[in-house]
Amino acid sequence: MNLHKLSSRLCPTVTQKFRHLHIQSSGQQLEAVAMETESTEPNPLSVFRTSEQYPTYHSERHTGQYYTLPPAHIQKLFPHGLPPRFQLQMKTFNEGCVMVRPPVLELISYLKKADYSKPPLRYILYGDIGTGKSMSLSHALHYCYTQGWLIVHIPDAHLWVKNCKELLPSSSRPSRFDQPIQASQWLKNFKITNEGFLSKIKTTQQYVWTKRESTEKGQPLGVLVDQGVNRMKSSSDVVGAVLRELRLQAGGATEGEGAFKLAVAVDGVNALWGKTSLKKEDRTMCEPEELTLIHNLRKMMKNNWSGGAILTALSQTGSLFKPQSAYLPSELLGEEGFDNMEPFVPVSVSNYNEKEFESCYLYYLERNWLQHPHGRSEEGKKELIFLSNKNPSILERLCAFL
Amino acid sequence: LFFRHICVSSSLWKKNLAAAGPQKFTQEFIDKQVEEFEIGKRHLANMMGEDPETFTQEDIDRSIAYLFPSGLFEKRARPVMKHPEEIFPKQTAIQWDAEGRPFHFLFYTGQQSYYSLLHDVYEKILAMERHQDKMRNKGLLTSETKQILLTGSRWLLKEEIEEYLVENISDHDYMRLIQLMEKLLSMPYCSLEEEFILKFRKQLEVQSSKHEIPALQYDPQGVTFSVADGRRKTAKASITLRDSGSGNITINGRNYLHYFPLLQDREQLMFPLHFVGMLGRFDVEGSVEGSGHSAQAGALRLAISRALLSFVSEGDVEKMRQAGLLTADPRIKERKKPGQEGARKKFTWKKR
Repeated sequence: MNLHKLSSRLCPTVTQKFRHLHIQSSGQQLEAVAMETESTEPNPLSVFRTSEQYPTYHSERHTGQYYTLPPAHIQKLFPHGLPPRFQLQMKTFNEGCVMVRPPVLELISYLKKADYSKPPLRYILYGDIGTGKSMSLSHALHYCYTQGWLIVHIPDAHLWVKNCKELLPSSSRPSRFDQPIQASQWLKNFKITNEGFLSKIKTTQQYVWTKRESTEKGQPLGVLVDQGVNRMKSSSDVVGAVLRELRLQAGGATEGEGAFKLAVAVDGVNALWGKTSLKKEDRTMCEPEELTLIHNLRKMMKNNWSGGAILTALSQTGSLFKPQSAYLPSELLGEEGFDNMEPFVPVSVSNYNEKEFESCYLYYLERNWLQHPHGRSEEGKKELIFLSNKNPSILERLCAFL
Repeated sequence: LFFRHICVSSSLWKKNLAAAGPQKFTQEFIDKQVEEFEIGKRHLANMMGEDPETFTQEDIDRSIAYLFPSGLFEKRARPVMKHPEEIFPKQTAIQWDAEGRPFHFLFYTGQQSYYSLLHDVYEKILAMERHQDKMRNKGLLTSETKQILLTGSRWLLKEEIEEYLVENISDHDYMRLIQLMEKLLSMPYCSLEEEFILKFRKQLEVQSSKHEIPALQYDPQGVTFSVADGRRKTAKASITLRDSGSGNITINGRNYLHYFPLLQDREQLMFPLHFVGMLGRFDVEGSVEGSGHSAQAGALRLAISRALLSFVSEGDVEKMRQAGLLTADPRIKERKKPGQEGARKKFTWKKR
């Protein structure tokens, strides 16, 4: 059975591979051409696909349709960003297709209309488990990237409050704890995403790391990031410094070379104000406040800077000590978090409606993902609707072994 | 003076109960019991304030259950008042006279009633053949004769024949008897002995699907709905099935996706609707309590199937019954026995 699945999976993807290789080899110039050629090939089956690759142009008439993430963008923008199951799906289908859905369109329209000289608006994506909050966040982030913003993306804040193998007492402040591995990992990914900006932004003050190491004022940000990547011990403080620099310079507050807009995207925001599962050496529980990374992130969440937007998504799946039925912001953020995040713009994400379910089903059919012959019939579709109740993640898991 | 000491040891005084055999009831004893039963029945009717003349066995059972409530699980251990014929086992009367000579000529075969039955049947066969010859001689031999209707009935089982004959017979004997009856049936003019043959046939139940179909009720908005219950292993479920045209399912106020995160439980819910082919048509609103998630899913499934009976045609009802959707699962947790760890598990066996 496995062999059969493999063979049917390989056949359609072989042709796909060749197409992608052709596009990648000629660089960006061909991307525009590819867009045109795709629109001129009227494929009757791709009612659920759109050739519009830039989220700027996505509108209501694209709802329910899948658009392909350009592979170059995926590599740069999401080295760590996409949900793991989606990454598996990308690997299987050899392309990353995201569905355009109303919550994201709403979010993007807010981003387009917002005034960036004022403090940033905080957007919280909330909803039931498996309705597509992280995917929507990634979609919105893709929009910001195509607009040329600087991206600060924390794929899952919960990873920073649990399962940490090394918890060092902070070098700069006595009551804080550092997480060198997570910090350096994040700095590496930050470097990949925002390569263009690293040379343009300069530091505004001197940072002293140890007796022998310091970063002078006026150095490009790249040096700061490299410092964090190379020296693991001070990486958490470097993260704090980087965030501070970005906060100060976004929107052209100081006279830097050209203003840039800052997009802070945090998935699993409720981790910042929840509990941790980390223990200190005397076996008492750590508060999130005592972790350097969390502390700095909280400072980012405040709207005392200008020239950007804060996009966040709640997540129950990774959260600690929260019941599975909790999905509203007040429940997951807790009192402290809610007070900190207020005022915010809530965006609710829900299960697929009829049209979206239809296009998801057609997409899986086109990719030959539904192997069972009964899956192609009307009855099979009704069964899928019943068993998954049009929940995206459950549908995906269900189809995975059909 | 002479006297003899006759000392007998006490062991001789105890009667050897095992050698006496099963207790024999004399006919007078049974008659006395029947009399007492009748009188007792009239007393009971008086006590319950009902008419002694029209006091049936069902009324007796009801009254005894009321007067002597018993919590015993084994129904046969509860107090019972029935006609002595049903209580005392049927026993053969003494089959030999005062001089020891048996009454019946087949007594020394050991199974006198069985062999006498065989003889009777053969007599009838011979009589039918003679009748046939007579008709042939007269010229009134007709090939189409009235056939006995045998559909809907079956031959009596071996246990039932034994009960009828008050004797033990072997499987081989039973087979011989049935073969002989079949031979009788195969002859023409067997309709003459119809009454005799039907004594040995038992009527089967007419329709095996006797299910109570819940009534279709109408909402104020005009939406048809029906209510049904289901049980499985201490889990009790009760649902309202609405014909509204959407496939929403709410259990205990929560969406079924949240209540049953396991796919298997949702598949159980889907089974009755998918079987009848009405997946997206109904709205289910249910409440369930008790036991675990699997039992709750099973209880809901039974409740949904029962509620569907009112929306579905007769043929579909039979199909559902055969699919096992309407049968309540009788399996319950087995009782833990003393001397064992659990229901089946024994303590560690030590050789010495």
